[in-house]
Amino acid sequence: MPETVTTAGSVGVVYGNDFGGPERPREMGETDGFNDLLEADGRVEPRDEMPEGYRKTLIRQIAQHAHSEIIGMQPEGNWISRAPSLRRKAILMAKVQDEAGHGLYLYAAAETLGADRADLLDQLHSGRQKYSSIFNYPTLTWADVGAIGWLVDGAAIVNQVPLCRCSYGPYARAMVRVCKEESFHQRQGFEILHTLSHGTADQKRMAQDAVNRYWWPSLMMFGPPDDDSPNSAQSMAWGIKRFSNDDLRQRFVDMTVPQSVALGLTLPDPEIAWSEERGHYDFGEVDFTELFEVIKGNGPCNAQRMTHRVGAHEDGAWVREAASAYAAKQAARSEGAA
Amino acid sequence: MSDWPLWEVFVRSRRGLSHVHSGSLHAPDAEMALRNARDLYTRRQEGVSIWVIRSSDIEASTPDERDSFFDPAADKIYRHPTFYDVPEGVEHL
Repeated sequence: MPETVTTAGSVGVVYGNDFGGPERPREMGETDGFNDLLEADGRVEPRDEMPEGYRKTLIRQIAQHAHSEIIGMQPEGNWISRAPSLRRKAILMAKVQDEAGHGLYLYAAAETLGADRADLLDQLHSGRQKYSSIFNYPTLTWADVGAIGWLVDGAAIVNQVPLCRCSYGPYARAMVRVCKEESFHQRQGFEILHTLSHGTADQKRMAQDAVNRYWWPSLMMFGPPDDDSPNSAQSMAWGIKRFSNDDLRQRFVDMTVPQSVALGLTLPDPEIAWSEERGHYDFGEVDFTELFEVIKGNGPCNAQRMTHRVGAHEDGAWVREAASAYAAKQAARSEGAA
Repeated sequence: MSDWPLWEVFVRSRRGLSHVHSGSLHAPDAEMALRNARDLYTRRQEGVSIWVIRSSDIEASTPDERDSFFDPAADKIYRHPTFYDVPEGVEHL
């Protein structure tokens, strides 16, 4: 393609919220420019030179993150119609709406790397891209909504706060927005559990049961242990990841154990104990065989989540078609009038 | 959905401030883009006014030409007040 770029830029292919420029972003190995930028803790923006591996890693990670947000609407959406009060119902609806918003911020960030949104959804629907395995567990009781807010969103926050400083600008900016909104999610979960654990004996039992079921899967959200996490080193070198899986997991445990005391609930791990020597809480070994089974598709709700997602997408087709038809009709009319 | 154009969203957070880029979204037309922008970017009263513009209608400078495009300003330090020597004791200057 001839170089048609003018000083003021040109109308070309749009990369999300950056514009114009060459047919597609330049592919290249790690150049001095890219390395210098990372070295100086600078931010990479959409049309900068970047290694193809960096681009692909980011698209995969951001897409998987976006998919997790929209699949994450399901376990909680399950309880909207049965929330115990109008207040709880309004809060839960706002939270589930936030999850949809987070998914959209993230899909938009992935698009700045040249990914196509319909293609990303297609990859989710056909199982070629994954979402967080935590959403393949069922929400059996109302207390599970509390446990998800407190533990699952709590773990997500620990994972996501460092991403606000990720080397890729659009992803970091999306995460700033997401993190601001997540803290309401965690508090509402904590409040649900606190209310239950200070209620009747049955309510407290229900809260404890939910925490028992969600504790270990929450620890698995940080991914495999460091010595079994093949892509971590590269992601750290690229400034996509700032802390190792095990460090983040430890941070979550340290933060959560005192909160469980405040809730009057126990965590289902007899090995949890403060270690004066390490300055951290010790905890038992996570059974990662379960994580890998769930990732492989053998979790309790994998099939149900996908069926529901694909069904929702297909059932919504007429809305998308109607909106397009209306836009086309209006455009034709205004052209006719001109 | 990919055949819905991409829109850029600018939000004025309160009166007296300019619109600032918030992000992007897909929508079939301007009206839907505005409504989607409200739901997506102002769920917590982040704005009092929203602009949406088709991404393809924006002209942008290119990263390739960053140097030649912005360099001319680099050697004109006399455009900054700190360039000038002010005698001791002179105030309000």
